[in-house]
Amino acid sequence: MNTATKAPTQGLQLAPKKAIDITEKFFHILFFCSAMVGVLSVSTIGWFVFNEGLPAFKEAGVTEFLFGKEWLPPALYGIFPMIIASLISTAGAVIIGVPIAIFTAVFLAELAPKWLADIVRPAVELLAGIPSVVYGFFGLVIIVPAIESIFNIPAGNTILAGIIVLAIMILPTVITISETSLRALPSVYKEGALALGASHIYSIFKVLIPAAKSGIFTGVALGIARAVGETMAIIMVMGNAPAMPGSILEPARTLTANIAMEMSYATGIHSSALYATGIVLLGFIVLLNGSLLYLNRKRAY
Amino acid sequence: MSKFTPTPSLLSRENQDKLLHACIWGAAAITIFFLLWVVWHILSNGLSYVSWEFITGSYTRIGEASGIWAMIVSTVYMVLLSLAIAAPIGIMTAIYLTEYAAPGSKFVQVIRFCTESLAGIPSIVYGLFGMTFFVTTLGLGFSILSGSLTLAMLILPVIIRTTEEALMSVPMSYREGGYALGSSKIYTIWRLILPSALPGIVTSVILSTGRVIGESAPVFLTAGMVTQIPESVLDSGRTLTVHLYKLTQELFTQHEWDQAYATATVLIVLVLVLNLATKIIANKLNKAL
Repeated sequence: MNTATKAPTQGLQLAPKKAIDITEKFFHILFFCSAMVGVLSVSTIGWFVFNEGLPAFKEAGVTEFLFGKEWLPPALYGIFPMIIASLISTAGAVIIGVPIAIFTAVFLAELAPKWLADIVRPAVELLAGIPSVVYGFFGLVIIVPAIESIFNIPAGNTILAGIIVLAIMILPTVITISETSLRALPSVYKEGALALGASHIYSIFKVLIPAAKSGIFTGVALGIARAVGETMAIIMVMGNAPAMPGSILEPARTLTANIAMEMSYATGIHSSALYATGIVLLGFIVLLNGSLLYLNRKRAY
Repeated sequence: MSKFTPTPSLLSRENQDKLLHACIWGAAAITIFFLLWVVWHILSNGLSYVSWEFITGSYTRIGEASGIWAMIVSTVYMVLLSLAIAAPIGIMTAIYLTEYAAPGSKFVQVIRFCTESLAGIPSIVYGLFGMTFFVTTLGLGFSILSGSLTLAMLILPVIIRTTEEALMSVPMSYREGGYALGSSKIYTIWRLILPSALPGIVTSVILSTGRVIGESAPVFLTAGMVTQIPESVLDSGRTLTVHLYKLTQELFTQHEWDQAYATATVLIVLVLVLNLATKIIANKLNKAL
């Protein structure tokens, strides 16, 4: 600006620069507004879910809603059976899937010859991309009949079928993230362990896995989130009866299935109860992320 | 035997090693086995039924017409519209975060937190929200537009994060060089930074294409499941995944089984093609650096 007063000849050149300044400002504001869309989306979703869900909590009572054992809209709204079904199917998938996934990650990062790892890794990525309805379909045509014949029960649409399908579905998430965190470790960790005379396996389990713990936890947490949030595959294989399951060889309905199955015709307080189910689901995710933060922070100290 | 005698290890250290070794190989084998089983089972039962008539034919619930053309068109509309909404916003957000905002500022933290929260919300909750907000409150009805808006919110975090990484991997010297030559900020971003981050941005778009194709629960709650070819974005449409879901609810005749397997086959082939595309772009990116 000062140069303009000092050298009037340059005034001509400054004029287009001012135009550029306006373009700059325009784009700056445009980018800023775009960045606000994400913030806006989260707040709108959050506001809507809570606003729509709270009437059900008021109507049914929080304890009645969370611990009620009967789901009979529009009379009774108890989602305890669904909470239990979600917890059991997720826990079962984690118990089966996580050890397999972590071992596979160790295999890819440490044991597999390069050519084999280069085949298996893209295969695992492919597993991650398959739509959940395809897993549900696979479960329906393979796993459900297998459970029928193995356990000799009339219908194989059971929690066990859900557990197996979810276990397969969380594999790629846990494998990919665990492998990345194992590979990210400085090579001195392994070299040091080997130099002290530890065997390769011993150094993997006593040095590398503990060192990569926070990454592995993150992978497991994301796997759990996927299992909790999965809807269609579960609807297709788990039978969806909203009753309290007696064992894993009985049908059950998860929180997500409850929303997906009834939302299209629910009105009034029934619809609100489904939103409240969504709040409980969000509560699970927040709890999960919170405990992950806690675990990783604790490790950092 | 005294209570305090340490129980001798059942396995010598050497045998422990061998056992763990076997576990690791076994686990990897199980993973590969399941992958091959899922893919092989679907393809071997579905490939023979996939034909030109199946792909381009029309569909009626009862009768012989079992084509999936209407579902393919709906899926393509859904992908294009969701990307048209989410990609510009996501890319511009990433530009703001990497090029404009002060790194580590409160505002950046807020946006990061919101993006992460968006990524953590289960997709069925998006469906719930989309159905009340877009379908009912805004009055868009069960339509491709409602579905796309819902899915756009769902893929926004993917696009933001992947694009951000691509932008951050552009060397600082590019920016310095641009400014040194007297280019304006927006010109530098448009001509230097975006082109060199392009492979990463394309990857983010392919990843979200996969998400849009794969989602089903939020789609049938917002876009409905009409089997007609949608004429406008305000028409309802049934995507391929929703179609597969509906088919599995009525598996009685061989004809219906064939349709379900063939639809699943088309989905798996789509995923394979998308994966391959990502690989090719990633290779190009590695060569360029």
